[in-house]
Amino acid sequence: MRDDINVDKALDLSGLACPMPVVKVSKGIKEIEVGQVLEATTTDPGSLTDFPAWARTSGNEILKTDQDGDTIKFYIQRKA
Amino acid sequence: MSTIEEQVAELKAQLDAMQSKTPSNKLSMIVFSGDLDKALAAFIIATGATAMGMEVVMFFTFWGTPILRAGNKNVGGKDMMGTMFGTMLPKGADKVKLSQMNMGGMGTAMMKSLMKKKNVASLPEMISLAEELGVKIYVCEMSMDLMGFKREEMIDYDGLSFAGVATFLEEAQDSKVQLFI
Repeated sequence: MRDDINVDKALDLSGLACPMPVVKVSKGIKEIEVGQVLEATTTDPGSLTDFPAWARTSGNEILKTDQDGDTIKFYIQRKA
Repeated sequence: MSTIEEQVAELKAQLDAMQSKTPSNKLSMIVFSGDLDKALAAFIIATGATAMGMEVVMFFTFWGTPILRAGNKNVGGKDMMGTMFGTMLPKGADKVKLSQMNMGGMGTAMMKSLMKKKNVASLPEMISLAEELGVKIYVCEMSMDLMGFKREEMIDYDGLSFAGVATFLEEAQDSKVQLFI
């Protein structure tokens, strides 16, 4: 865990299946300011490829991805 | 020999013309099938596309049309064929069947209960989500007429309107992605 990531908002998307994690993260990112960081927790293995694809398309940046068993945490910085 | 100013003006005009031809970040989809699995796929792609920042337009035609019937609305005054179609075709998203393994409804029921267990959104839930996300829906006027469906028996959905092929094609021409489901 890097200490220099300040989380501004956390979103628990555990248990949700496609397309919900991506739909909710795209809503959640709009609730923080540009430059702020959203922490999104998912248990959907598909999100490991989906979140980076979403971030590239929406122009946001995933600073870090943590995987602990079935739980995946994304730290996403709002860029646009 | 034209002046620099004239050449710049001409280039600018060409650039404007090119920009007006560039398709928008939009997804246009035809939903032709009336099967639960295919309709689910259509709505998953539609809602996913809004998350990717795309504008989404769905055009429901032929067997896809009954998906948008409201389960709780009854309309009278249909002719014999209209009444027959109305009875034989599914009355809304909750009544559509799987394209495979339906097994007289048992397969569809099993799939629905499995989806609930695995926390996969149901088709009616996906339709509400699409509405909330601003997915635009067109219903094919000709299919409605052919099957004897009336506007009053379709779901209440913000952003639903009735249209024909030209409307779809206009949207499709201006879309980066087009799908037929």
